[in-house]
Amino acid sequence: MAIVVIAILTFGFIDFAGIIDNPLLQKIQFGPALFSLSIVTLICLIAATLLLGRLYCSVICPLGIFQDFFNWLSKKFDKKKKYGFKPEKPWLRWGVLAVLIIAWLCGFTFLIGLVEPYSAYGRMADELFRPVYLFGNNILAAISEKLGNYRFYKVLISLKSISAFVVAVLTLLVIGHLSYHHGRTWCNTICPVGTLLGFFSRFSLLRIRIDKDRCNHCLACQRKCKAYCIDSANQQIDYSRCVDCFDCIDACKQKAIYFGPVKRQKADEPIDESKRQFLKSTLVIAALAPAALQAKVTGVKDTRVPMSPPGSISHKNLLNHCTACHLCVSKCPSHVLKPAGMEYGLGGMMQPVMKFDQGYCNYDCNLCSQVCPAGAIKPLTVEQKHKTQPGRVVFNINICVVNVNRTSCGACAEHCPVQAIHMVPFEGGLTIPETTPDLCVGCGGCEFICPVKAVHIEGNPIHLEAKAPEQDTVIETQDFDFGF
Amino acid sequence: MDRRDFLKTLAAAGALVTVKSSGMMDVMASTVPSTGAAPAADNADLAAVMNGEPAAMLEAAMKELGGISRFIKKGDKIVIKPNIGWDRTPELAGNTNPDLIVALIKMCQDAGAAEIKVFDHTCDNWTRCYDHSGIEAAVKKAGATMVYAHEQSSYERVDIPKGVSLKNAQVHKAIIECDKWINVPVLKNHGGALMTCAMKNHMGIVWDRRTFHSRGLHQCIADICTYKPAVLHIVDAYRTVATNGPQGRSASDVVLTKALFASPDIVAVDTAAGKFFTGINKSIKFEDIEHIPDGQKLGLGTMDLESINVKRVRL
Repeated sequence: MAIVVIAILTFGFIDFAGIIDNPLLQKIQFGPALFSLSIVTLICLIAATLLLGRLYCSVICPLGIFQDFFNWLSKKFDKKKKYGFKPEKPWLRWGVLAVLIIAWLCGFTFLIGLVEPYSAYGRMADELFRPVYLFGNNILAAISEKLGNYRFYKVLISLKSISAFVVAVLTLLVIGHLSYHHGRTWCNTICPVGTLLGFFSRFSLLRIRIDKDRCNHCLACQRKCKAYCIDSANQQIDYSRCVDCFDCIDACKQKAIYFGPVKRQKADEPIDESKRQFLKSTLVIAALAPAALQAKVTGVKDTRVPMSPPGSISHKNLLNHCTACHLCVSKCPSHVLKPAGMEYGLGGMMQPVMKFDQGYCNYDCNLCSQVCPAGAIKPLTVEQKHKTQPGRVVFNINICVVNVNRTSCGACAEHCPVQAIHMVPFEGGLTIPETTPDLCVGCGGCEFICPVKAVHIEGNPIHLEAKAPEQDTVIETQDFDFGF
Repeated sequence: MDRRDFLKTLAAAGALVTVKSSGMMDVMASTVPSTGAAPAADNADLAAVMNGEPAAMLEAAMKELGGISRFIKKGDKIVIKPNIGWDRTPELAGNTNPDLIVALIKMCQDAGAAEIKVFDHTCDNWTRCYDHSGIEAAVKKAGATMVYAHEQSSYERVDIPKGVSLKNAQVHKAIIECDKWINVPVLKNHGGALMTCAMKNHMGIVWDRRTFHSRGLHQCIADICTYKPAVLHIVDAYRTVATNGPQGRSASDVVLTKALFASPDIVAVDTAAGKFFTGINKSIKFEDIEHIPDGQKLGLGTMDLESINVKRVRL
């Protein structure tokens, strides 16, 4: 089941031909669901955790399944591989979560995106696995083309951004190393989703249980536990870290370990005071995080205002919701969406930004808005998209080829779907661009095609409404002649 | 361009016209079958048809021109090059009418074509253009091959010895490798070139066409037409984007004109279509569409419709 889930999820990121239309599995990921406030999804996931424990971490989370793959590899190479028991490090876990929350409140969504497991996996899939898949496809296409078959076609492979690539490689190295040598350490120390679900899984109805009468303290379960959460000596399990992998059940020769409903204990567990205090202090710090800081650190420094994708409403909305999973980046058929560098400031690193060096945003395409699982890009119908203005056209007549070379061009107007840039009479029968920025939908067709970059799109930090073009000079005559 | 460059160019162009027009005549002559059933003199040089559906108008035009077998032979490898530039449905006329393409494929199949490939280097995202134009589905259904053109590896750099501004370009291999190709543009308004038709449609066989705009659009369009002239040009004017071209903003830019022009002479067919078009959109002057006289200067054909055998048909 886990293999099927990760296969479908990964395919969602590398699929260039639109074979999977509806990214359902992407929409049930905890991180994006939290950011999009998909209450139903969140309730379902928390309810499932309360019922079954952190099964999510073993069969839904792609990063978890991915780590299990490394773990499996390590066992193949090292038959005697042993884990053990380590006490929980609550300060580290909750500390990381607190830092992330504060960072988010201060506008550094980047940090959450960096460690949020689904997004971290998405970036690896988009930046690392996808090029491999595309390369394979291109080889297939080249062979079939030689044979005169045009069933397969080549696709453009490109490095979308160096920083995103580096981040993906680092993620792969860190995750690979940790999971190969230290099991699920990532999930139980750094991962914010692991920490949150771990909070609920303490109370789960069904859980791994040790039959204290049968157990002979052989430590077999403890050695197999990649989450380091079974204390066989004391017959205790830290349920906040158990990811329901069930390796221990298979390991126990005494059949003392089973997955079942919890027996109610008579005496309440002692309340962990330190944890409570910690939560309180986190909340206080979070509440006090000055809004001024946010404004300062996220201020856009580049002279050109970056453009966020249609449907993202504003830079701020994107910053608050996007975990940079790069699903939109991987789906964009025109190679327009790229992971941002510093365009949105440090906090918005790796979030999608529109760039027109490889293509322009197709007028009738709304794919990115349809796939976003985090509510950072709100769903737009094609009609709604036509009325959205994420940026506006700017024309510099001083370098336009018509003005400089006195030749006709009109490539910009040709590509404009709404005639926000259109040709008007110039000297000697030539025509030169004229802009009506109110009509502009910021698709970047003009910027892409302009041979000298005399036109470009300036982003709107808060998206505006594109005005509908007035209907002009409708040809009414129906009585045509050959004319010659 | 300064005055001296202009004079040089003019001189070069003049020299080329005198040298190359004889070569062009050979190409034209070779398309006429030596053992045709009908005498060549009866065949029209240009057929203009109005008031019919695309397939019926094509049939009428080909009848006037002496049938498709005047242009292609049994066993020929054929490329049909429509305009599929935009992510537009057939009703919005941004691309060549798919019904016309299907009718033409059938004709070529009946004439014994060994292979029929169809492609265009699109402007909008190619998968969306191939899909929404209705052309990919129609071509596949008709039994021809839809070839892609979105990758540089499909193109090869070729010399254009007759070019004035454009000396070489990366041209699609399908055009390079075929025996004969048929140019099937759609007639439209165009913000830059004023009108897009048979000559302008050649931009879709080229990869590196952005340089056209910086080197002088009209001259480059005329230059690329000299590379490997199509044996036949069939202009789809069933629906015409009369204003806000070449994409048109909405259906209100589209006029149901129900016309078709066909000729082996690219300049003549663009002249005919241009005169027809400037009769619809009267704000455009035919004289301002510079690439047509540029083409005549290069010896691609004639703008003088009086000098050739033009047949006009109303269905």
